[in-house]
Amino acid sequence: MFELFISNPLVLMMIEVLVICIKVVVVTLVVFSLPLPLTYIERKVAGHIQVRLGPYRVGPHGILQPLADMIKLIFKEDIIPYKADPWLFKIAPIIAMVPAFAVFATIPFGEKVTIPFIDKEVTLYISDMDTGILYVLAIAGLSVYGIILGGWASNSKYALLGGLRSSAQMISYELALSFACIGVVMVVNSLSLVDIVRAQSGWHWNILYQPLGFVIFAIAGLAEINRIPFDLPEDEGTLGAGYHAEYSSMRFAFFMLTEYVAMVSMSVLMVILFFGGWDGPGFLPGIVWFLIKVAFIIYVIIWTRFTYPRYRYDQLMTIGWKILLPLSLLNILITGLVVI
Amino acid sequence: MTEQIFFFIFAALAVGSAIAVVSLRNPVHSVISLMVCFLQMAALFVLLRSPFIAVVQVFVYVGAVLVLFLFVIMMLDIHKASMERFVSGGQLGVIGLLVVLVIEMVLIVSKSKLAGISVASVTHLDGSVREIGEALFTKYILPFEVVSFILLVALLGAIVMGRKEVK
Repeated sequence: MFELFISNPLVLMMIEVLVICIKVVVVTLVVFSLPLPLTYIERKVAGHIQVRLGPYRVGPHGILQPLADMIKLIFKEDIIPYKADPWLFKIAPIIAMVPAFAVFATIPFGEKVTIPFIDKEVTLYISDMDTGILYVLAIAGLSVYGIILGGWASNSKYALLGGLRSSAQMISYELALSFACIGVVMVVNSLSLVDIVRAQSGWHWNILYQPLGFVIFAIAGLAEINRIPFDLPEDEGTLGAGYHAEYSSMRFAFFMLTEYVAMVSMSVLMVILFFGGWDGPGFLPGIVWFLIKVAFIIYVIIWTRFTYPRYRYDQLMTIGWKILLPLSLLNILITGLVVI
Repeated sequence: MTEQIFFFIFAALAVGSAIAVVSLRNPVHSVISLMVCFLQMAALFVLLRSPFIAVVQVFVYVGAVLVLFLFVIMMLDIHKASMERFVSGGQLGVIGLLVVLVIEMVLIVSKSKLAGISVASVTHLDGSVREIGEALFTKYILPFEVVSFILLVALLGAIVMGRKEVK
């Protein structure tokens, strides 16, 4: 009776749909809650780099600090400035947040695993698209809208300047970022992220074949997620706070959340493209290697933030257009000559 | 069946946002509606089994072209722009233009070669990146090169026109 029920095509389809829904919910929840520990880690790392303790009061070693911050942000008053565009002001943080999460639809976290008890094979990615890397780059490029619209809708000169800066910056560095990915695609001969990881198995990591591409990707990636030394959109020295100067309460928290999620997705992308994804020595399961690599890259990004000063705006544009872009074209040329 | 439901959702949203583009007073709101419209079109391309075209649509139009639109519009005086009429010459002219366009659309859809092609007749293409790449670099190599040359000329033209005269 049960066998018959399980082999019914309609039931099989329902199970497939259910599995995808569960995966989407799990990934979203995990990504949504990641910024909580990340803010704590960032402040602790900052503290220790600057020879102080960082958060220490709430809970042992300040471990409950993110929760306290969250409660504070929820209960703060949500202020909408007089003369702001109220409709855009309200939806801008959500427009910023959606693409940051949508990126994870194609991100592969590991190979197939078999779930015990029901004996069903489940892939550790939501979808393996034929155009995976293009999808990720295209969707990641959309997150600029939240920043521009938030800056414009605030009707404040500092926020507007922050929004303008960020749109110019993200468009400039998106080119170098995409071109750095083309080198990887040429080596691997596929656009699918799963294929890219599989091609690197057995220590054939792309960083060995694409060192120049990796350097370009790392620098452009930092600029794309607005991290120091490229965080001009929120340059507090000249802009007050930047594009989110007028935001408060949960809308401000959504912008912060987006930034952390973007940092995670950029680290994940870097691991998949250049560090072999879940490839590693066999004594640990693949997904553990994957998470270790991602955690290390996130740590390096935080480390960078408290080590380097910020670039000036004209320097930022010079690096993007006159150095990174020609270098990435050169990288494609070299890769083309070697591969063919 | 499910596909049809999704098609109607995307199509309705696309048409609705396209109407919003021309009817909203605030240019920034119009750009947002245009973005929604383009995203729905990308979704329709996915339904037509061409994910590559869909991604390129998002990449080029939503990710680059519209951001530049916003960039320029944000520098304008929005209040002045939203007070001005889009089309001068009264409503009669607009209605006349609308009628001509509708007749043209109906004629194109019903009389042209495109009308005979059903979706089922082109399913031998799976719209994969490999297939599109092969088609572009073998069968359509001449149009492809001509288009890239025109783009290069346009790029150079923009640089020449934007450059300040150096004496």
